[in-house]
Order: sequence, then structure tokens, then C-alpha cells
Amino acid sequence: MRTVSLEQTTHPVLIFWIIAGWVGYCILPWYGVEGFWSFEWLVDGWPLDDDYAPAAVLVGVGQKLWLAPMLLALAAPLLVLGRRKTDPLYAQVLIAAGGFGFAWLVAQGLGIGLRGFTAEWLTTLFGTLDDRQFGMGYGAMVTASAFLFLFTHGIAARGAINGDVFVTSAIGGVIAVVTIFVFFPITKMLLAAFATDDGGYSVLGFFPKFFDDRIWGLDCLSGGRCGVAWNSLLLAVLVGVLTTLLGLAFALVLTRSGFRYKRLLRALTVLPIITPPFVIGLAIILLFGLSGTVTTSLAAMFGVEATRWIYGLPGILIAQLLAFTPIAFLVLIGVVEGVSPSMEEAAQTLRANRWQTFRTVSWPLMRPGLANAFLLGFIESMADFGNPLVLGGNFDVLSTEIFFAIVGAQYDQSRAAILAVVLLGFTLGAFYLQRFWLGRKSYTTVTGKGDAGVHPPMPNGLAYPVYAVVALWSAFTLVVYGMILYGSVVQLWGVDDTLTFKHYLTAFRIDWTEDGLRWTGSAWDSFWTTMTIATLAAPLTAAIGLITAYLLTRQTFAGKRAFEFGTMLSFAIPGTVIGVAYILAFNVPPIEITGTGLILVISFIFRNMPVGVRAGIASMSQLDKSLDESSLTLGANSWQTFRAVILPLLRPAILAALVYSFVRAMTAISAVIFLVSARYDMSTSYIIGRVENNDYGLAIAYSTALIFVMLAAVGLLQLLVGRTRIGRRTSHGEIH
Amino acid sequence: MMKRTFAAALTSATALSGTAALADLNLYCSAQEEWCQIMEKSFEEATGIDVAMTRKSSGETFAQIQAEASNPKGDVWWGGTGDPHLQAAEEDLTEPYVSPMRDQLHPWAIAQAESAGDKTIGIYSGALGFGYNSEMLEKAGLPAPACWEDLTKPEYKGMVQMANPNSSGTAYTTLASMVQMFGEDGGFDYMKRLHANINQYTKSGSAPIKAAGQGETLIGIVFMHDAVATTVAGFPVVTVAPCEGTGYEIGSMSIIKGARNMDEAKAFYDWALSKEAQDLALQVNAFQVMSNVGATKSDKAPDLASIKLIDYDFKKYGSSDERKRLLSKWDTEVSTLPQ
Repeated sequence: MRTVSLEQTTHPVLIFWIIAGWVGYCILPWYGVEGFWSFEWLVDGWPLDDDYAPAAVLVGVGQKLWLAPMLLALAAPLLVLGRRKTDPLYAQVLIAAGGFGFAWLVAQGLGIGLRGFTAEWLTTLFGTLDDRQFGMGYGAMVTASAFLFLFTHGIAARGAINGDVFVTSAIGGVIAVVTIFVFFPITKMLLAAFATDDGGYSVLGFFPKFFDDRIWGLDCLSGGRCGVAWNSLLLAVLVGVLTTLLGLAFALVLTRSGFRYKRLLRALTVLPIITPPFVIGLAIILLFGLSGTVTTSLAAMFGVEATRWIYGLPGILIAQLLAFTPIAFLVLIGVVEGVSPSMEEAAQTLRANRWQTFRTVSWPLMRPGLANAFLLGFIESMADFGNPLVLGGNFDVLSTEIFFAIVGAQYDQSRAAILAVVLLGFTLGAFYLQRFWLGRKSYTTVTGKGDAGVHPPMPNGLAYPVYAVVALWSAFTLVVYGMILYGSVVQLWGVDDTLTFKHYLTAFRIDWTEDGLRWTGSAWDSFWTTMTIATLAAPLTAAIGLITAYLLTRQTFAGKRAFEFGTMLSFAIPGTVIGVAYILAFNVPPIEITGTGLILVISFIFRNMPVGVRAGIASMSQLDKSLDESSLTLGANSWQTFRAVILPLLRPAILAALVYSFVRAMTAISAVIFLVSARYDMSTSYIIGRVENNDYGLAIAYSTALIFVMLAAVGLLQLLVGRTRIGRRTSHGEIH
Repeated sequence: MMKRTFAAALTSATALSGTAALADLNLYCSAQEEWCQIMEKSFEEATGIDVAMTRKSSGETFAQIQAEASNPKGDVWWGGTGDPHLQAAEEDLTEPYVSPMRDQLHPWAIAQAESAGDKTIGIYSGALGFGYNSEMLEKAGLPAPACWEDLTKPEYKGMVQMANPNSSGTAYTTLASMVQMFGEDGGFDYMKRLHANINQYTKSGSAPIKAAGQGETLIGIVFMHDAVATTVAGFPVVTVAPCEGTGYEIGSMSIIKGARNMDEAKAFYDWALSKEAQDLALQVNAFQVMSNVGATKSDKAPDLASIKLIDYDFKKYGSSDERKRLLSKWDTEVSTLPQ
């Protein structure tokens, strides 16, 4: 079967990329134009105007001659068009042309900037350059992609990954974007860890700063205060373990019990994930703070003095559990659903009782989900910034320390970078520990073979504690959200309890005038920007995340570990650092996108992609490889297999990735606060402005409105993506 | 070299409309949201110049200007405490400019500009003080504090909140004021005694007074105008001007070096120093004292004349060396003490 495609002389996709390369070079404006989506340049002097000219025109009139060598790389593939794929020359020419073209494009972009050569040694080598260039635009972008995919075609033709063009191109593409938008900015930022006060770099200066007592001190064992590193570690481990257990409890109730109101429970578990930052923290203060409802009534009841017990570890822990349990739940529900009932039935046929079945069959098969849920909880807690800020008291953690090292009174970028290194060390440690625990066992349960049956209910010994935990936690969540809803309709939260709708009116007023509808509320601007950016970012995030997960679970290639590490990297670093790193990296050519909406979309994609990757990996490691193999044996190529076999089985993971990235785009704050601009302000940064200004009512009203918007969006996504039907299972709830 | 860089940046901005924003003036604003908005709208109305405004705290704005130094995106930076403005001037991130409006200003505003080589100027000033929650005070049956010294009394143990000087400019101003008022040894001795009563060092400068408003602490050490604003917002907070005297901040304005719209930036600069522009503060409950001599004063605002202001040395205590020295001394000698 495969030989047919080998007989074909030229792959149509290859022709497409060759044409794309020429279009990018000869037709599209090479450098950035104002507004990515604005096509004003078409009527404004293009193609001869210097600002809008394509590379070919610039070179043709003798400008920017360093762009010329790329012509060679564009011309070379034309020579092999008629050749067979098996011809060694075909592969060699494509690899050489694509590789050279891409390398040259990157090198000239980095080497020549706004002020000519960007590095001292280039000037010494070639003399002063009296020309300069700006940020790359459409032309450069399209041409770069063309070079990249010519290169991967060449690699595939040489026989890498069984000559699979889709897989090599996907690997190449993901590596390229992750390098540009994750490694590049983070490297720029981390270089600052070695920066000295006088602007140079020193490796020796790093160590005393790294082993500082404020980071690693152990005084808390003897009554003092511990370093931030230990604080963060303790908190993150607690949050990781507890969110995993809570998430598992919810997942078990939803899949393995006769509980009636599953939808309600499901909605409840999603609530905290769609809550903008600060709001949960404020509600917790009003409940458990020194003057909080719960604290004061308990103090009165037991005759003890009210204390500030909530500030510090207890407060952050409660807030983070509320906020991150849903993430663990979203990861675990797919895995718990995916465990094949046939295996559990087999165990029961072999006379295992329900407890033995759970302990020896169901639980071990859930391990990938548990490990991934823990990892996400751990990393989220490490990177969380809003909750420690509100509830931290004197319990300092790495993320807030990093933020204030950058924006605080000291402006110590190098300290921020060092703290970021510590934080990164912890998250990577957790990552490797997780791999170690999972080991090399097989967790495959969805095989495509006969798979009828339903999940057995939980053993009683497990069910009662699980019910109790779920009931308590649900009640607590409801109380917190009751407080939030209440807070949005009172005059002044905690002081004046007169009911009012004025906060909603201020934020979301719409007036009807002669000119038509006027959005006069103060929140509309940031609201629409946020909606647009979240809608753009979500599908892109899910796509990149799932393709990456597919590559990581289904393909083997050199450097896979490093690749996996890279995709997790942006998630492990707190948003604040990403924000500053993005400004440092993308404020100057070759990629100049600060102050645009694009940088917000990109930062969301690469910050949230790891959730898509993790959810995808967890689900995919349950899908038997024989499914792919049968598809391949029947003559489908790997793209068709991915689209028709794997994707439909991945619906829970797709949903998780879509929901998560949409929601995070509307609720994330730490990276955003650096990247927003006058034209593109986001809801969260607006809300924080209100909180800073004592305007709690408006902040909470806006947050409440956002919660409802996100609920609607999540419901809509669920409808669009649809449910996966694995086997002929029905859940218990639907039987009753 | 520097000059060429600058010229290149300028021409790049005009030649390539590249990624330059569409507005005629890019304003970085570090005051509160409404104040920023009313400044933006009123300037647009007064001059017809289209403004794109971004609001961020002064620390964040400084970090951004620093990061954007090689390719500035902003034109003028208005508002926010003076130290980051002074530091920006020190690091040559801002442009010197002598406004024709200068003769209408209070001497403290001019003095600050001169100390920074005309790279920044005072637009408002606010004195340090503290506020307490009157309902809590009554319930606990405690006397009202009136002086800095009162805050160290044992009856307020665990009831005073201030920001961490490492993260907040307000708290650094407190530390520097104590050092200037009581001498370096006396100042640190005071900070140590105060430390015994502190329940939390917050990250953000105005957080202590918000906590006091919500009843999460009895006393918060903040700028007095923040305390007044909390009262006006409806919280039971009483503002105190300490009897020993106090330090103050000067909210400042600077033009960013390499600004793409230099003329518009200067037009904004001049306008922002006028009486009309400074009177806008009252409409948004900003209770600072404005730098224009003719600006209208609010009856709720703390009257600077009745407050004993110390002769605050902005140049010395705003410099990064002195700041680093005091902060590391505070870190090792004060923050590590048991409470």
C-alpha cells in the first residue's frame, strides 16, 4: 500500500510550501505592518513603499542585501520537483535548502536590529552597518514556515519516523514555536540571574545570591521564619496532594455512584476555576478574617479571642484548594471514566470483592491521572500569585517574592531571576518524580475490543468517606460563592449591607441613544478585549497541546525528553516572570509584538498549552496503540489516523484544554499585568485596579458577571465538542 | 553612541509606522484608575490630541520603561510616587524638560525637579501617617493613637499593620522618614520597637488601611490621603497626622526618553501642571495636595500646613545605593527579630 505513495513524484504539500516560500518572499510585506489584522498596506504604497515592500523588492532596489541569500534556498527545492522521494538527492536538497534558509533568516533577524549589528563582535568582523531593520512581518513569517517545512519534508524523505511527513512536520513546527515563544524569552530572562550590578555577567556572583538565607533559611525549625523556598515547597506539596484527593473524590462520585444530581455537582466543581483572582481571597477574609463572620461567631461561642489565624499557610491553602481542585478533577474525570469496566468485571469474575477490585485494578489504572493531577496542582500552587498576595500574611512564597523583586521598591531583576531558578528547580523535580512513579508500566484500557459494561460502584468502606468529603467541600464552596454573589449586590461589602444593583450598572450600563446602542459601562472595553483574546487563544491552545501530546505518547524521536520538558516549562514559571521575559524578548526586532493583542494571545497559548498536553497524555496513554496500528494497516496515514481515530476518543481532553485555556485567558493575571496596553486592557487587570482603589463592589460585580459568562461559554463548549462514547457504557445515574 | 541610538529610535518611530500605536500620545499612568481616566479624557477634550492610557502601579511602570528602554512605547509617565521617577532619571530613562508652567508651582515641586536634573517634576504630594478603625478601637476600649511613639505601646501589640519596605514605596518612605526624624540609630530602634506590634508586613503600600477598613487590623500605616479615601469610601477609618511630624512623597511626572511623540508629551506635561488639570483630582476623591499653587483644596484633604513635615531629602533617600543599604539593614536587624 505504502509503495503507491512512494511512486508519486512530488507530494502536493511540498509544492504548497515551496509556493508559500515564494509568496512570502516576493509578495507579502517582509517587515511588520501596523496592526496584524489590518490590511491598510494593500492600498498604501505596497509593493514599492519601503515600509510595506516584500523582501524581493527590497533586494531588487539594492536595500537590505542580507536578505538575498535566502533566494538560493527558495530556488533549490525547484530542482528536485521531478525527482522521486526515494532519491537521496531529493532529501539532501530539501534538508540543505530548508535548513540553510531557516538558519539564515534567524541569524539575520537576531544579528541585525534597530541599530545595525546587535553585537559588538559582528561590528568588529564586518565593520559598522549603516542600515537597520525592524520587526518581522507576514512575509518573514510565511517564508520561515516554508523553510521549516521544506526541512522536515527532507528529513522525512530520508526515512526519519518511517518517512512520515505529518509527524516530522508536526515535530518541527512544535519545536520551532516552543523555542521561539518559551525558550527564547526565558533564556533572556534567566541570563539576568547572572547579571551583576554594573551590567556585566558573572557566574561566581550567582552562588552567594542563590544560597541566600532568605531563600533557604531553616529558622522555622527553631521558632524563627523559614526561607521562601521551603514555604513554597511545603505549600505546593500540600496543595498537590489535597487537590488530587479532592478531585478524585468528586470524580468517583460522578462515575461510580448512584448520586442523582451529577450535573449540579459538575457545575460546582467548575465554579472555582472560572473565578477571577482575588475574589475567593476576599470572600475567605470576610468569612475567616479577624472580623469575619465565622471567626467572630466561633470566638463568641467558645469565649476565645478572635485571631488572625487565616493569614498565612491556612488561608493560602484553603484558597488554593478551592481554586485548583477543579483542575485535578478535570484531569481525573477523563481517566476515571476511561478505566475499562471489562477489567474490573474480569477481577470480579475472578472472585475479587469490590474493595480488592478497586485496590488492585481500578486504582493502579488511575495512576497516570493521579500523577498528572498532582503535578498540575503542585505547579499551579507554586506559580499562584493572587491568593498569597491577599492571604499570605507573613508567609512569603516564591511567586510573590518574584513579583515584588521586579515591581517592588528594590527593582532587583537578578534576584527575581534567581528566585525563578529555584522555583523552576522545584517544578522540574516534581516532574521527574512523577515520571519515576509512573515508571514503564502500561495503563492502556481502551482497546477497541469488546468493552461493554458499567463501572462497579465504589466499595462501601471507600464510598462513605468520599461522600462525606464531597458533601462538606460542596457546602463550603457554596457558602463562599454565596458570599461573592451577596458581595456584588450590597453597597459596601462588610460595612454597609443595603442591597443595590449600582455596581452592575456602573460596570455594564448600556444606553439607548439616537446613534443606537451605546456601551457606557466602565467595564465594556476590557470585557470585549478579553472575550476576543480568550476566543482566539482557546482553540489554538487546544490544538497545539493535543498535537504535542500525540507526538509525546505515540511517536519516538531523538530528544523527546527535552521536548517534553520544554512544553512544560512555561507552565512551571510564574506568569510574572513570563510577562517580564516576554517584554524583554519581544519589544525589539526580530519579533516586535509588545503592546499588541497578539502578544496576549501568544502568552496565553504557551502558558496554558501544558494543560492540553497533560490532559492529552493522560487520555492517550489509555488508548491502545493497536487502534492506531489497525488504522495504519488499513492504509490511513498518520494524519488521518490522528483525525479519525484518536481525536474523537480524546473529546474529554479536548474539552479540558479548550475550557481551561478559555477560562484562564479570562482569569489569569500575573503575566497579563505586564502585557496589557492602553488599547488591549484585560478584565483581570481592570478588576485589580478596582480592588486597589477600595472599589470592592464593582470588582466583585464584574467578577460575578464574568463567572456567568464563563459558565455559559463552558456549557457551549461542552455542546460543541460533545461527549465521548467509549464502548457502550452508560453511567449509573442514567440507568436509575 | 547614546545620541545615535536615540535618533535611530526616533526615526524608526516616524519612518516605520511599524508597530507604533495609533494614538497621538501614549500615557503611562500610575495614579488610581478614575484619576487616570479623567486626565486622559480631559486632555483629549482640551487639546484634541488622542490619548492611549495604560494604568499600572509606579513599580510596574518603572519595570516596563526599563524593559522598553531600547525601543520606548510610552511618551509620558504621569503619577505615582516620586522615587521610581527619580530612579528613572538616575538611570537616564527619562528626558529633561523645563516647563513654562514652572513659576506656578509650589517650591517643593520645583526643588524635586532641580534635584533630578529637570527629568521629573512634582504634581502632587502626600504626607505619611496612619489610620485606625474607630469601631474596633471602641470595642476594644483602647485609647486613640496620636503619635508615632504611641504605635509602639504594648496595648497595640499585634494590631498595627504596615507594608514591607522591600516591596512597597510607601513603607520605604516610612523607614526613610524615621531615619531622618530620629537619626539612623534612633530610627532603627523605633522600627524594632514597632516590629513587636506589627501583625503583618503587607506587600502593597495601601493594603494596611484597607485591612483596617475591613476590621482585619486596628491600625494601618499609610499615606494620609489613602486613609482619607478609605473613610470617604464608607469605612470607619480615622486619619491621624502623627504629632512628631512626618515624611512625605511627591507624586511625579516624567517624559520618557526617546518618546515617539515628543511634542504631544510636552503639551500634556504643561497641561498637567495647570490649575484646571490639577483641580480634576477632587472629582475622583484624590486627596493629595496638588503642586500648582492655585489648585483648589478639598476640605476633606489633610492640610499640609497643619502637618509637621520634615525636610525630606529626596535625592539622598531616593538613590538606589542608600535605598539598598537601608533595606538590607532593615532586613537583617529588624525583620528577623521575634515578635
